[in-house]
Amino acid sequence: MTGQIKTDFEKTVKTSGLSVDDIELKKKFLDRFIADGLPSRKIENWKFLDINQIIQKNIGELSFFNDYSSSNKIDTSIFISGLEHNKIVFINGKVEKIDFSYEEKEKIEINESFKLEDKLENSNSLVDLNGAFSSKIYKILIKKDYSLKKPLIVYHSTNNKIKSKNINLRLEFKLEQNSSLRLIDNFNHTAEQNFINIFYNFDLKKNAVLKNFKVDKIQNKNITYSYNNINQAENSISETFILSCGSSFLKNEINCNLIGKYSSAFVNGIFLLTDNQQHEIRTIINHLVENTKSYQLIKSVLGKKSKAVYQGKIFVNSEAQKTDGYQLSKAILLDETSEFNAKPELEIYADDVKCSHGSASGSLDENSIFYLMTRGLNYHQSKELLINGYILEVIEKITDSEIKNLIKNIIGLKE
Amino acid sequence: MDIREKNIENLKDYKYGFSTDIENIRAPKGLNETVIKFISNIKKEPKWMLDFRLKAFERFKLLKEPDWQKPKYPKIDYQDLYYYSAPKSMSDKPKSLDELDPKLLETYKKLGIPLQEQARLNGIAVDAVFDSVSVATTFKEELTKQGIIFCSMSEAIQKHPDLVKKYLGTVIPTTDHFFATLNSAVFTDGSFVYIPEGIRCPMELSTYFRINASETGQFERTLIIADKGSYVSYLEGCTAPMRDENQLHAANVELIALDDAEIKYSTVQNWYPGDENGKGGIYNFVTKRGLCKGTNSKISWTQVETGSAITWKYPSCILKGDNSIGEFYSIAITNNHQKADTGTKMIHLGKNTKSKIISKGISAGFSDMTYRGLVDINSKAKNSSNYTQCDSLLMGNKCGAHTVPYIKNKNFDSNIAHEATTSKISEEQLHYCQQRGLSPEEAVGLIVNGFCKEVLQQLPMEFAVEAQKLVGISLEGSVG
Repeated sequence: MTGQIKTDFEKTVKTSGLSVDDIELKKKFLDRFIADGLPSRKIENWKFLDINQIIQKNIGELSFFNDYSSSNKIDTSIFISGLEHNKIVFINGKVEKIDFSYEEKEKIEINESFKLEDKLENSNSLVDLNGAFSSKIYKILIKKDYSLKKPLIVYHSTNNKIKSKNINLRLEFKLEQNSSLRLIDNFNHTAEQNFINIFYNFDLKKNAVLKNFKVDKIQNKNITYSYNNINQAENSISETFILSCGSSFLKNEINCNLIGKYSSAFVNGIFLLTDNQQHEIRTIINHLVENTKSYQLIKSVLGKKSKAVYQGKIFVNSEAQKTDGYQLSKAILLDETSEFNAKPELEIYADDVKCSHGSASGSLDENSIFYLMTRGLNYHQSKELLINGYILEVIEKITDSEIKNLIKNIIGLKE
Repeated sequence: MDIREKNIENLKDYKYGFSTDIENIRAPKGLNETVIKFISNIKKEPKWMLDFRLKAFERFKLLKEPDWQKPKYPKIDYQDLYYYSAPKSMSDKPKSLDELDPKLLETYKKLGIPLQEQARLNGIAVDAVFDSVSVATTFKEELTKQGIIFCSMSEAIQKHPDLVKKYLGTVIPTTDHFFATLNSAVFTDGSFVYIPEGIRCPMELSTYFRINASETGQFERTLIIADKGSYVSYLEGCTAPMRDENQLHAANVELIALDDAEIKYSTVQNWYPGDENGKGGIYNFVTKRGLCKGTNSKISWTQVETGSAITWKYPSCILKGDNSIGEFYSIAITNNHQKADTGTKMIHLGKNTKSKIISKGISAGFSDMTYRGLVDINSKAKNSSNYTQCDSLLMGNKCGAHTVPYIKNKNFDSNIAHEATTSKISEEQLHYCQQRGLSPEEAVGLIVNGFCKEVLQQLPMEFAVEAQKLVGISLEGSVG
């Protein structure tokens, strides 16, 4: 792979028009990636799902060079109807459209740059890969006291013109004081068997509110890795919702640093898997100062030969007194070939804290099914009713009613 | 001085920190084939035993020391240790207790271990291991009458080679991890228990371990076999003198329960924890594993871990037989600079297997405590269930409490439930107790004992009292 990646890197750099300094930095990322390689089972974080093996098996050798000079036609049929929204459209790793037509122009600033910042502490080799190959980085700044009127939907799509087997996307958001953003990631891939590596960085200032919804509903044969880094200042709130359902492989990693007092982080996730799908959610919530709060709820429904993994970590450092941390993961195994693995972890260095986690897994309750069948439903209907009720609990955690309804529609749940 | 003051006086220091002047026979320093042959030779072992050791040593040379654990420690120089140390008077083993070195008897008396006939009152059969060799086993006659074998490992190798050969290394193979393999190569002594079919062992069996000599590693090996329909309760206690250097203790314990058999294994571990500044103390890297081989068998681990500079162990159950049950009850207390990384593994292989984990961790001072556990339900383990509860209590903000459970469910018929909480002793609770006339220390003792109650209840009577006292001692000086 090393030979391939180096030539691809040379080609990418040549066509990008980067400055010498930027190339140097990108090279640093590349060297770090080459040194570590794709993560494998040997690394604790990847113990349950070995991405190296999965890529080998599903894609084979990766290639990295993508020609960003030609533009793609946007297929408007992928746009979500019935909800007015701002758009960013990625096609094959390139931003084809940015549309903030519903917002006041002077309140939002979009900077294109190649500048990368290398200051991530909890970095891994996939983030390095992203740093080395991502093309332009869009930095989106939401100015003080401004709340976006409409949600922003980021469309992640690919088509058959894609050349490489790996695409790297990167977006950075900065939310100034009292601002707020609702962000939906919608995955819509027509190309198959690619490795998509997404990196988001969020910087939340005082009182800022971020709501991020990651919707992976449409069946596709891609391998996706998504890393969110969220830094939160005083009194800020981040809410992340993950619907993990469509891709063959998807790992969502949330790294959240609660740096300011009274900041809080919420992560809610649903796995709906079947047919050899392997998905994972890994969260790290770092409680670094006092009076911070985090809440996580992950529910899974696992069918044929599917595997779901939840690794959640709550870290409380010795200054973070009065921390409130909660974590719950539940799984229903529908089939004897499905598998659920969890590693809910607490690392606590302060004494005046309230931290707990729970994890439960098992099959659907036969008694409940029996009850519903005595009321006239058939077996299939009873099962569906129970499962819908089970996942509805997670969806009800969504604090935005407009988006809550949208997601209910996407999943196909009735009111 | 009333009883309370006396108790507090007693608690002030590590009570078992004395060392005994006894002439020792030691193997040459270092780890190599010659030393292994020396150990095997001095114990007059048959050839198959030596082969077992050498095979393990071959394997050991290929292994790398693990370093994924939370408490890090300075590198151990395995060539700078004595692998065999025995009181000189043991080289010709005494026939009865009367022939024992009086100094040894004195040591055990100080430890409160009834080797002499007064043991009859307590009704506990004791096997005492001093440094590397087993020095005395009491109540032999009475046990022999029932066909129970309770003796030192060396004796078992001589007298019951068939049983040892059949079972030794079947639960912890010589190809296991670093420390277990090291133990297989150089183990010196330990206890051997065999309960015949249908026998309920009439008394608690007990082993007391003591490390006396300096620069010595203690590697004992315990093997307990409960044949069909039998029952045994086994207790283990440990102490060591205060020394400045760290000492290594890497024991292996194997339990095998056949059809309908039950083994209850309780440990009160109070190795020297080092001084307030974290100097000295025992590295307690022990491998304990039980195999529920037969149907309806049960293995229950209970542990009270208060000592050692570093405790790193995971008593595990392999639930192979259908309907078998595994249990793990643990209290781990760390104070000052102690570190612990402990927990359990429950591996469900058979149908209808059940396991239960109750773990209570208390950390104070500058200590660090980690619960690390694995629950693995295999795809063939239909209708199995696990319940896990791990609670941590923190005292002060210089210490840490961590929970790292691994949960793997591959069977849709099975249920796993896991709960964990972390909290501190509330001011209200303390205030209430003090209002009722308890000193802050007594109040903490009371609250902590309440916190641990579920586990303490699992201990046999005699041990429960000692354990409760230990809980108090270990937290000495952590309040205020």
